[in-house]
Amino acid sequence: MSEYRIKGETGEWEVVIGLEVHAQVTSNAKLFSGAATAFGAEPNTQVSLVDAAMPGMLPVPNRECIRQAVRTGMAIEAVINKWSRFDRKNYFYADLPQGYQISQLYHPLVGEGSLTIEADEKAGIPQAKRIGIERIHVEQDAGKLMHDQHPSMSYVDLNRSGVALMEIVSRPDMRSPAEAGAYVRKLRSILRYVGSCDGNMEEGSMRADVNVSVRRPGDEFGTRTETKNVNSVRFVMAVIESEAKRQIELIESGGTVVQETRLYDPDRNETRSMRSKEDAHDYRYFPDPDLLPLELDDAFLEECRASLPELPDAKRARYIAAGISAYNADVLTAEVEAARWFDALLEAGAKPVAAANWVTSELFGALNRLGTDISKSPVSPAQAAELLGLVADGTISGTIAKQVFEKMLETGDGAADIVEREGLKQTSDTGAIEAEIAKVLAANADKVEQYKAGKEALFGFFVGQTMKAMQGKANPQVVNELLKKALA
Amino acid sequence: MSDLTNLTVAQIRDGHRAGEFSAVEVAEAFNANVADAKALNAFIVETPDHAIAAAKKADADRAAGTLKPLSGVPIGMKDLFATNGVQTTAASHMLEGFVPRYESTVSQKLWDAGCGMLGKLNLDQFAMGSSNETSYFGNVISPWRRKDGGNAALAPGGSSGGSSAAIAARLCPAATGTDTGGSIRQPAAFTGISGIKPTYGRCSRWGIVAFASSLDQAGPMARDIRDCAILLENMAGFDPKDATSLDQPVPNWEAALSSDLKGKKVGIPKEYRLDGIDADIAAMWDAGIAMLKDAGAEVVDISLPHTKYALPAYYIIAPAEASSNLARYDGVRYGLRELPQGAGLQDMYAATRAEGFGPEVKRRIMIGTYVLSAGFYDAYYTQAQKVRTLIARDFDNAFGSCDVILAPTAPSAAFGLGEKTADPLSMYLNDVFAVPASLAGLPAMSVPAALNREGLPLGLQIIGKAFDEQGVLNAGLAIEERAGFTARAEKWW
Repeated sequence: MSEYRIKGETGEWEVVIGLEVHAQVTSNAKLFSGAATAFGAEPNTQVSLVDAAMPGMLPVPNRECIRQAVRTGMAIEAVINKWSRFDRKNYFYADLPQGYQISQLYHPLVGEGSLTIEADEKAGIPQAKRIGIERIHVEQDAGKLMHDQHPSMSYVDLNRSGVALMEIVSRPDMRSPAEAGAYVRKLRSILRYVGSCDGNMEEGSMRADVNVSVRRPGDEFGTRTETKNVNSVRFVMAVIESEAKRQIELIESGGTVVQETRLYDPDRNETRSMRSKEDAHDYRYFPDPDLLPLELDDAFLEECRASLPELPDAKRARYIAAGISAYNADVLTAEVEAARWFDALLEAGAKPVAAANWVTSELFGALNRLGTDISKSPVSPAQAAELLGLVADGTISGTIAKQVFEKMLETGDGAADIVEREGLKQTSDTGAIEAEIAKVLAANADKVEQYKAGKEALFGFFVGQTMKAMQGKANPQVVNELLKKALA
Repeated sequence: MSDLTNLTVAQIRDGHRAGEFSAVEVAEAFNANVADAKALNAFIVETPDHAIAAAKKADADRAAGTLKPLSGVPIGMKDLFATNGVQTTAASHMLEGFVPRYESTVSQKLWDAGCGMLGKLNLDQFAMGSSNETSYFGNVISPWRRKDGGNAALAPGGSSGGSSAAIAARLCPAATGTDTGGSIRQPAAFTGISGIKPTYGRCSRWGIVAFASSLDQAGPMARDIRDCAILLENMAGFDPKDATSLDQPVPNWEAALSSDLKGKKVGIPKEYRLDGIDADIAAMWDAGIAMLKDAGAEVVDISLPHTKYALPAYYIIAPAEASSNLARYDGVRYGLRELPQGAGLQDMYAATRAEGFGPEVKRRIMIGTYVLSAGFYDAYYTQAQKVRTLIARDFDNAFGSCDVILAPTAPSAAFGLGEKTADPLSMYLNDVFAVPASLAGLPAMSVPAALNREGLPLGLQIIGKAFDEQGVLNAGLAIEERAGFTARAEKWW
């Protein structure tokens, strides 16, 4: 087992990582108000009286946000707390109209759960690993300050104020940047399967607070720092590397790590101190008296459970059981859109292994080239199934299939129509093939000589020449057999 | 025609319906009394046009046969309720000039029922106070005076002191109040009127400037029990905009009013009989017991053992919630903004809140901040919540052996303005009988029962089971019928 270790001046260090991921709940309305939540709207156009904390305004929980958080909890096989409660986290800031954030400190909606990251030898994850998730609670997002609108004043945009977030808190179970990266990717994948968060890190729908500490392997946990609001998988990994390195250098030079909040500067790839524990806020958490405890009944939980789709792990297992390679199964299940597309392809009759190979190479290659993603694929699963069917039943060869696929992308026409129109049907007419083989062997008498003398690698050359002469339309198996006979 | 401002809500409603007078005449009569009573300082904003407009509508509706339950009844609105287009201040400099573009649920229901608004009534700042002396707009002066030859200005009670004074002085037939720890009942007792705090959750809190969310509850104040029942029916009801609102139908309290208490048991809590209790208060209480017996009720002794912890618990929980509820007044979005030259955000907060809040509000924000702070939370807030649970349990146990509880509303009659301002604790002690029912969320009302030796009104408090406003009102009616309280303040203003 190749464990991730950092070599310091004085020996090896192990890094310990825990992540708090903030995921914006997919919902048309905010957590406690009816205001809209669309990204990119004009400032202060999605603000209700509640979001602006006008006098006398009251929060009312949005059932859909609670439902999404419960479904997410179920997807990580977590304990769902049928009784939970909202607390106020009090602090003053201009982007926080109420002067407090409604969150859940004491009694979160979702308790202990976990997810599994898959083995990835290349990334240094030798085997699949279960990462504990301590809790998920729901809370309000704050607004946003704009510092570039006025020479001496800051403006406030409250569009995000009150938007529902899930805070997903992991156990300190990760031991390398790669594991942390895999955790975030897997979590994002699950959220997108469930449909509880769009996982869009660029738009801030998902961001992570990264807790890092270092220790001698086997020692007690060291003092951790928390780097706030990291908004990409790559940055999460970079934060861990740079922060672990900083802590090790600090300790080895005789210093001690202080518990503090830090910020990541992607331009300089380093973290810097924001505030230490000593000047941390006293948030004066207490139960929000505007809200009753949240009590969930069995019917609601049952509805949540029944609405869960097949999740990545189950899907991956199903694909592997169908003979698909673990690698392809990983690739196909990572993104929910790809998995759904692939499932539609299987439903349309495509054979799993051939379909998996074709999607991961041909389709992904084409989409990459076209700069689009699978949800906008110009070829539908049904069309692809038709194409793969033509290969499977021997109507066309794999090589011809590539040409047909190109035409499909260009024209949007069906595979069978293209094969018909372009006369691309492959032939198993042994007479015609034998005639071409005879010509090829006659034209390459010297190579036939060498082949017979033992240079067997030339067989592929003869196949290629024959196929070329047949304009690719010969059935490769038939060509193989006939060539073997002719060269015997 | 007799003076229309002597009529009760029921009399105005019925007289208007019967065509004995027009709603405009009623509104004009009350508008005149309001205009003539500046000395009481009961109103922060007068809205005679609003009252007249509603009255014209009421008269038109009468002609068209489309009368509403309270058509033609003008009322006063405590200035804690947001009123669309009319300044809403909570009696604080912080909200001076603040004009909401929304209407509180309770006030909207009253307008929908046909009421007109005579004005926004003065109160203790953010409803924090028991004497109306914390208002930024000057204290309300009670219309009552001691019969001692002097003319000392007395407190109308608080926080709904504008409401109580205005009703007692016939500036309005009824008004809204809010009660967090006695703010309807104590001013009602001080001014010889009735007021009921319903079960927590009966009236929506949406649009009421928050003091302590888990305790705040709106209710009516009026001259008699029937008017309280009528008003409450038109204020209560489930509101999906308030997560703590009770999702229950509103009973027809007026129709079910009955002073026949046969088969009912009235509990007398021994813990309310404090050492050194005022003799007049004790006598009134005993008289009240006799009246309820006379109405057919059986009187039983009960114990509410945790009563002595109620006031300390209240003065932890209410300030804790207030310290958080009032954080929104920060100068950023509305209300007062103090922005000294070169000030940053923190400086703006400090200057705005220093200038905008009065001393009592600041005191409670500081107490609340302290009891919620790290290291003190468990010792104060958690303990207080436990006490609150025990107090609710006390009532549960007591209601195993009685239907309603009878006690004094306040330990004294109205005190003089300035008498208690130097000692906040003695001021807080005035809420000692009112606070337990607030902590337990129970319906409770004050009904005028007697005058003390100085000629000042005293009130009896009736506390009922959760949702049993009817039981409270009926016991109140039995007292009202027997006490024959007709005294009123002599006009000096």
